Amino acid sequence: MSITEDEARKVAHLARIAVDDAQLPALARELSGILHFMEQLNEVDVEGIEPMTGVTPMRLKRREDVVTTGGMPERILSNAPDAREGFFAVPKVVE
Amino acid sequence: MTDLNKLSIAEARDALAKGDVTSVELTDACLTAIEGAGALNAFVHKTPEMARDMARAADTRLKAGDATALTGIPLGIKDVFCVKGVPGQAASNILKGFVPEYESTVTQNLWNAGAVMLGKLNQDEFAMGSTNESSSYGPAVNPWRLADGTQLTPGGSSGGSAAAVAADLCLGATGTDTGGSIRQPAAFTGTVGLKPTYGRVSRWGVIAYASSLDQAGPMTKSVRDAAIMLGAMASADPQDSTCADIPVPDFEAALTGDIRGKRIGIPREYRMEGMPAEIDALWKQGAEMLRDAGAEIVDISLPHTKYALPAYYVIAPAEASSNLARYDGVRYGHRAKLGAGDGIDDLYAKTRAEGFGPEVQRRIMIGTYVLSAGFYDAYYNRARKVRALIKRDFDNVFAEGIDAILAPATPSSAFPLGSVDKGDPVQMYLNDVFTVTLNLAGLPGISVPVGRDGKGLPLGLQMFGRPFGEADLLNQALVLEKAAGFVAKPDRWW
Repeated sequence: MSITEDEARKVAHLARIAVDDAQLPALARELSGILHFMEQLNEVDVEGIEPMTGVTPMRLKRREDVVTTGGMPERILSNAPDAREGFFAVPKVVE
Repeated sequence: MTDLNKLSIAEARDALAKGDVTSVELTDACLTAIEGAGALNAFVHKTPEMARDMARAADTRLKAGDATALTGIPLGIKDVFCVKGVPGQAASNILKGFVPEYESTVTQNLWNAGAVMLGKLNQDEFAMGSTNESSSYGPAVNPWRLADGTQLTPGGSSGGSAAAVAADLCLGATGTDTGGSIRQPAAFTGTVGLKPTYGRVSRWGVIAYASSLDQAGPMTKSVRDAAIMLGAMASADPQDSTCADIPVPDFEAALTGDIRGKRIGIPREYRMEGMPAEIDALWKQGAEMLRDAGAEIVDISLPHTKYALPAYYVIAPAEASSNLARYDGVRYGHRAKLGAGDGIDDLYAKTRAEGFGPEVQRRIMIGTYVLSAGFYDAYYNRARKVRALIKRDFDNVFAEGIDAILAPATPSSAFPLGSVDKGDPVQMYLNDVFTVTLNLAGLPGISVPVGRDGKGLPLGLQMFGRPFGEADLLNQALVLEKAAGFVAKPDRWW
């Protein structure tokens, strides 16, 4: 199966990665090559096989639904490219 | 004593215990070696002050008789581990300038044991790669090189860790292995690399690539050192719900050197078409070494081996596309400069286009595609079913009484930097052909240097063990290491 330029554009958008239109043909070719490689998987009979979710047969750990940490806004914000008045700042999102 | 940086962890521990050396002396020897090894580009953030402080504290602890096996031992840490207050960016420009506010469980365990932090080590960006060339710091360089001076890749993604251990810049290093990223660089540099069972070591604070495959482990100069280091790295951890709540055995105590009666499987599907004769010969020699030590060598079949690589390159990018969604230019790292009228979506898309390198972008987009509506069943679910079959292959041979499996670690020795065609990602993925099966099945595996090829470069063999059977696996690897007697070191040119 090959990926068209339109599909490549859609994937880039879903992944939120800006790709110039001029680069779409190369991207489509590259992704097609990788998908072609993956198509070997169609040779395998997977009838009745459950998809694997985890490698060890263990029940996911549970814990009390309680607050265990917090109260450190300045540490949470310390790496932000733009933090103001205790918040992460972003371009306007609501008109 | 001279050349203290060349000691193994076990040798240094014994010398520290006897009072023949101090941790400060060991640490200074490593810091000097690091200063002189800029050409290897292995250490990308050096922490000499932190190292000396930790070494002094270790010496106090040693005097007080409160030492563990790692107290005072200087180590390098792969960039992907968060160390509080030390810059870490998983070799990605999107995390440039990131200074973690918290400590990974693995490094905390190491510091609790008294180990000394020398600095952060180079790697492929977000651990995606097999050559260390997809790094925001530029490639790490293999201390081994060709006779004509051609520089080689140390492998990847833990290439800086492997180069640093092989060049004696540290006594041991941490690595992570999602598809072979500990074992392949170990094989390329004549060092030992252990990928533990999934869940043996906590992933808390390790910057994620593919969460169902990632596992941290030791990269060392000997099997004994790997046993010592794994013992300190491993722990149960309430912070990582996939980390197993089981006791950590004394791995070093398991190193008896006795493997009589053990059944070692030779999987016929690993004899790949076009495999160099040298690798095949090495594999046969390795099997003979284990037989001479009293093990029984058994031909086995792992029929779905061929499909491990395509299954991996569906599952790992799918998980990566989800894990790496967090890099959006809002909470940490790089943020693109916006034009007039740009909104939040432009902020995300421009930031990610600028911050992620080509291989990471490629894997995110492949992962996005295989998870998208209409393709989820055809690719992602099918790959997860194939993964179940790959694991079943291993379950079957272990149920038939096989104790461990012997296979080549890599399809070749280290190759020149820049020799992989960037336009053909599938060619690069083929490097992982012998290693990804183990990550898909969650099993432990270790790469041991066994010989050299015609170019004089190290070659490794891999052993796979039973789930949580690292103690037995290390003992079997010790026998292989002793019989192979690999002692060669690269000539210093850097």
